[in-house]
Amino acid sequence: MANVLHIVVCAGIVPDPLQTLEPVTGPNGPGLKNEMVLPAVLDPWAASSLYEAANLAGKNPGSKVWLVSLGPKAKLQQVMMTVAQKVAFELVPIDGPIGGFPDAHSTAAVLADAIAALPGLDRNRLLLFGGWESATRGAGVTLQIVGERLGITDQFQGVDQIDLNEDGSFEVLERIEGGRHQVSACAGTPAVLGWATGNLAEPRNNPQVGMANMRTIMPALQKAKPTTLAANGLRYVSVSLPKQQRTTRVVKDMTPDQIAAELAEWIGAE
Amino acid sequence: MSVNTSNAEALEIERQTMEVDIACAGFGPAMGGFLTTLTNAWNENPADPAFESKVAPGMPLQVLCYERADDIASGVSGVVTRGQSIRATFPTLDPAEIPMAAAVKQERVLYLLDPIGASRRSFTLRAADKALRAAGKLAGVRDDAFELAWTPAFLHKHGGLVLSIGQFNQWVGSHLMASGLVQIWPGMPVSGPLISKCTTGKAVEGLRLADQGVEKDGAPSDGFMPGMDVHAQLTVVGDGPVGAVGQALDDEFGLPKGHAHREWALGMKMVIELPEDTTLEPGTVWHTFGYPEPEIFGFLYVHPDRLVSVGIFVPSWMNDPTRTAYRYLQHYIQHPALWKYLKGGVLRSWGAKSLEESGRRGEPFLSGDGFARIGEGSGSTNMLTGSGVDEAWATGTQLGEAVVELLRAGKPFSQENLAATYEARRRASWVERGAREAENARNGFHGGIVKGMIGMALAGLTGGRLSLHSHIPPTHRQLAHSAPGIKLKDAAELALADGRPLHDALLSARGWPEIPFDSTLLVTHQDALLMGGKVQAMPGFADHVTFRNPEFCISCLDKTCIAMCSGQAITLGEDGQLAFEREKCVHCGACLWNCGQTFDGEHSMIEFRAGAGGLHSAEN
Repeated sequence: MANVLHIVVCAGIVPDPLQTLEPVTGPNGPGLKNEMVLPAVLDPWAASSLYEAANLAGKNPGSKVWLVSLGPKAKLQQVMMTVAQKVAFELVPIDGPIGGFPDAHSTAAVLADAIAALPGLDRNRLLLFGGWESATRGAGVTLQIVGERLGITDQFQGVDQIDLNEDGSFEVLERIEGGRHQVSACAGTPAVLGWATGNLAEPRNNPQVGMANMRTIMPALQKAKPTTLAANGLRYVSVSLPKQQRTTRVVKDMTPDQIAAELAEWIGAE
Repeated sequence: MSVNTSNAEALEIERQTMEVDIACAGFGPAMGGFLTTLTNAWNENPADPAFESKVAPGMPLQVLCYERADDIASGVSGVVTRGQSIRATFPTLDPAEIPMAAAVKQERVLYLLDPIGASRRSFTLRAADKALRAAGKLAGVRDDAFELAWTPAFLHKHGGLVLSIGQFNQWVGSHLMASGLVQIWPGMPVSGPLISKCTTGKAVEGLRLADQGVEKDGAPSDGFMPGMDVHAQLTVVGDGPVGAVGQALDDEFGLPKGHAHREWALGMKMVIELPEDTTLEPGTVWHTFGYPEPEIFGFLYVHPDRLVSVGIFVPSWMNDPTRTAYRYLQHYIQHPALWKYLKGGVLRSWGAKSLEESGRRGEPFLSGDGFARIGEGSGSTNMLTGSGVDEAWATGTQLGEAVVELLRAGKPFSQENLAATYEARRRASWVERGAREAENARNGFHGGIVKGMIGMALAGLTGGRLSLHSHIPPTHRQLAHSAPGIKLKDAAELALADGRPLHDALLSARGWPEIPFDSTLLVTHQDALLMGGKVQAMPGFADHVTFRNPEFCISCLDKTCIAMCSGQAITLGEDGQLAFEREKCVHCGACLWNCGQTFDGEHSMIEFRAGAGGLHSAEN
């Protein structure tokens, strides 16, 4: 018999990684140059969790998926025009600041409050999904804190698979070193699952799904109230990118071994 | 009912359907103008019963717009525009509101001499160049460039705007979607119009979206999802000059007598971050001609934040089957007049698109039962003034006003009603006046650059009353097939030996110097695609470029489609067959008109259909 699940996906938006991303330090701390003008996408880790959530909900009739997302309303709207075509969900938008450097505790507090206030949410049926990491909010702790604030103690990170049993218990595969998975058994909901990539391909854009989602997304966006995040005394001493170099050179008369040797020397010099 | 699609198998498949009030194909400046006008009228009184949906009673109009690109910011053009129609829609517009926008401050027109001696100049042009060089600074020649002391008013963009169309689209789109009336769905190609027979002939009943989960040839595969049929009372077509819906309508309804799509250009550009000590001011606009080839025009537009759009236009009347673009663009930016500003810059973005340069001579039927056409694909571009965005936006607003008028009058979107409202507005507007003045302005170019400039000046200075006579042949006949001395064979051998792209080998074979790569601005074509254009394509769609007769293509000696392919998406496969990789395609559409062969006297052997993916840079 299918289980009725209430799956809440926490998913932030991030600048489209295909764009030219240039870090800058402004009066409000570190950020990206012209971040507001860059197209945004759903955080790739969290997007995986949304697709897994929709898939799970589809297999368990009566289940429901909420997508809780914090970001500037205009950006959220833009992202939803793509995401909403893929799977069915109800959006819970939180009109907040953009950027990858807000305090994880402040972010988690806002998300947890929004989830706690969801009408019709049964916490005993709750699966809290999200990305195990974030393309911008890289502290890697936000989802865990949200879970803790909601009193959920069963937490799994780096998840690639969940198999639900008829009695409501489930098995989770978490990534560990050596390309292997740790298998955990959990008695049942509620639980927090921070997803890695999962096993599902990105769903096709389905206009009918998009239209159905938009009936709730547009009103939700229009009602979204601005939220500020408490600074909590967080201060960044320095921020730096991993050093990245690109050198293009055309060679015609080198052997593969010579090229490999030169590459090794180049890497060693960095 | 029929749908114009080449995937015959798909016709038998049961499809999902959806009813909306207005279905739109393509989101660009024209559609922005249309939807903004419609939204503004609705905002005056959202309770106005004229705006009540017929398919969802009690709800506002259901207006859906489908855009094939993966984001509405994935535009492909940096432009300078007078912006009169945009300012008319946004009377208090501050350019600072739109990222990368700047008010035009300074305009220059430069004739570029050839500092290398590799371009295909005629004897007359070489003599003129020699005379200019001899006169030197006395004649105003600096950095191998001669600045025209006077330029005619029709070329000016005083009071206009330098824009990134990607950013402009994003800005317009966010306003529209915030209104709640309009839904713009990116990443959703439209395969064609839904056409039915009616008492007056044929009517358009909506749009069919592209099939997903298919093989390269369109055959269903894993996760097959047939494209939905979206039925609408009005279908607005603004999918550009190579859009699948516009092409299908041209095929279905034909073109007005004497009209044809025969004049094209490929615009290719880079967005470059200028060195910190640059002296170029935002709003600076340069128009150039003469280099890298006499037929190639160029531009430089300066945006805020030390960004500049620099590019070239390679026209169809450059009657050389070995014409190309990227390598020319690399030589163009290294011209001394430009390089003194660009040296030390960093490539941020890159892109390419086809421009429909037929203007009014390529104008299709603007409306019919259930449909209307706007923007570049409707022949609105003015090739005398070199202006397209302003006209496109204007045609969109004209249709928007017409639709509001018909809604308020409770009249259907019939050909008669659309002609009396939309077409009437367009015919009475400055867009039409400009189009008529420009109609024959470019005739001379088919006789060479000098004749072309004379013809353009003649038409421009007389308001189109005087012009040179010319017969414009179909595009396949504009190519002088394998003329002696073109060195195509040398280039092909060089490309094969070096593993380099044909377009690159062509110019090397002709004696153009190799490009000194610097890893930041002078980069390989593949780096420009990946670092600049960020080209990608979602899997699951069919190839949108197909060859009507692959066997015939083997025998084609010129293969201009390969050399002119902006993304190296068309290559020479095994056995001499052409190969297409949709993941590399930037959807510029150049292949459509860079084919020297034809199957019907007008159309080329290449078919360009609906497809997803392409450029992802938001800075173009």
